Amino acid sequence: MDLYQEIILEHSKRPVRAGLREPYEAQVHHVNPTCGDEITLRVHVKAGGAGEPELADISYDAAGCSISVASTSILAEELTGTSVAHARRAIASMRTMLTSKGDDPGDEDLIGDGVALAGVSKYPARVKCALLGWMALTDALHQTEGVRL
Amino acid sequence: MAATPFTAEESARIRADFPILTRTVRDGRPLVYLDSGATSHKPRQVLDAERAFYERTNAAVHRGAHQLSEEGTDAYEAARATIAAFIGAAPEEIVFTRNATEAINLVAYAFSNSTAGGGGGRGERFLLGPGDEVLVTEMEHHANLIPWQEVCRRTGATLRWVPTTAQGTLDLSGLDDLLTERTKVFAFTHVSNVLGTLNPVRDLMARAHRVGALVVLDACQSVPHLPVDVHDLGVDFLAFSGHKMLGPLGIGVLWGRPELLDEMPVFLTGGSMIATVTMEGATYAPVPQKFEAGVPVAAQAVGLAAACDYLTALGLDRVHAHESMLASRLLAGLRSRPWVRVLGDPDATERGGAVAFVVDGVHAHDVGQVLDNAGVAVRVGHHCAWPLHRALQAQATTRASFAAYSTPAEVDALLAALDTVPQIFGTHGAA
Repeated sequence: MDLYQEIILEHSKRPVRAGLREPYEAQVHHVNPTCGDEITLRVHVKAGGAGEPELADISYDAAGCSISVASTSILAEELTGTSVAHARRAIASMRTMLTSKGDDPGDEDLIGDGVALAGVSKYPARVKCALLGWMALTDALHQTEGVRL
Repeated sequence: MAATPFTAEESARIRADFPILTRTVRDGRPLVYLDSGATSHKPRQVLDAERAFYERTNAAVHRGAHQLSEEGTDAYEAARATIAAFIGAAPEEIVFTRNATEAINLVAYAFSNSTAGGGGGRGERFLLGPGDEVLVTEMEHHANLIPWQEVCRRTGATLRWVPTTAQGTLDLSGLDDLLTERTKVFAFTHVSNVLGTLNPVRDLMARAHRVGALVVLDACQSVPHLPVDVHDLGVDFLAFSGHKMLGPLGIGVLWGRPELLDEMPVFLTGGSMIATVTMEGATYAPVPQKFEAGVPVAAQAVGLAAACDYLTALGLDRVHAHESMLASRLLAGLRSRPWVRVLGDPDATERGGAVAFVVDGVHAHDVGQVLDNAGVAVRVGHHCAWPLHRALQAQATTRASFAAYSTPAEVDALLAALDTVPQIFGTHGAA
């Protein structure tokens, strides 16, 4: 099945940067009410180069299907250490790809291995699974706005 | 003589009545539909009945003096009589709702509306307040849980629940402490929509009545699948949905003991349910009209009556025998796969047709996706019974459920597709 590429199965079995860590400025808890999947996600932001806020750490505790766990693992791998501005662009790109019904293969420059999830967009029932971690990150970044770095 | 499952010839004839069963899914694979517990398919007889109503009789029933309205009203009330007889009731004892969820809400609101002084009934048995208790079970579908959580919130009554055992049966060891003089209503399911557990209705009903509690039975997973007679069960209220029993979407049924329905205040209000109206207030029509606000769901009622006739012609005892045979076949297949954990009572001799299971190391959503890719439609998730899943320590499960048109070959197709799951996810080696 095109949905379960090796890279997705690998991320789902050994999720990158999993576990909840200190320090953090925001913590969110998101659920997928149709299946009961849950994620707790923390972000640690600090001032990076040129004073731009940077995502110093993304840590999480996720229980869910292979698609949702792999997607969150890819998120943590691709966005840890990047600027918050880049992370927002990546989230937008991921969202566009996943809701494209198969038309958008994804922007590898922005979401890296996230393009492996492009096949999910052909299965509307699974889009929420793949977006769970990314929506949690959106929410967490929103909470860090105005935090003194 | 005990009822027997349908023969292969009978099965083929039944399946020929269901147009949707001939379609293919996912690149031309035959549809293997094992999600009838969520919603069932509709035979041509039901579709024809609904279509005939729209083509020949369509009218706003119980309104207007023209011929179509008269014929529409006759069709609607004849459907009510058929559906009532299907559960051993009198026509005026059943109320049409949008679905079973609305039927249960209707009863729940009778309590809070009585307490708040709502019109349309004296309702003394329906008063709830601090110190009173509402009893449910941990096995309930959200439709028979959340309405009671909310009625407790609105009235100050306390919600209590019967826990489940690790086998997925009700843990009745503490029932004497849970079901007391304080209990005003005991709402529980006849058959679990997740586990297929058949609850001991008569025993629970007798114990509830000893303390004066009213009994509300969620019959969504029993009325479509086995013979149900409301007077035989002895409950006070019973709710079920049309679309789960080969009938149309958009219609549900509440059966209630007539003296109770009479005492209950009105729920949804507006046209059709009134006796007289002034600018200051209104008086209400007798039961069942007082609970059927708005233009009635006549075509759906006609379709549901056709579904009742269809099931009656098949014989509910044979439908039950057939679905039990399918559940046994599936359970035997699942038990021979050590990487599958079946939820529910493994020793149950009598059960409903839902079978829920977990595949070691693979989330139910992923199991469902692989099955779907093979054309096998099942339900995955918590099946609107999140607390039950929590109690059984399952985040999500895969559920197969049956109807009269399901076949042994479909059970085998599910098992064959299931065997590819451990390979795809690199978990256990399949046998």
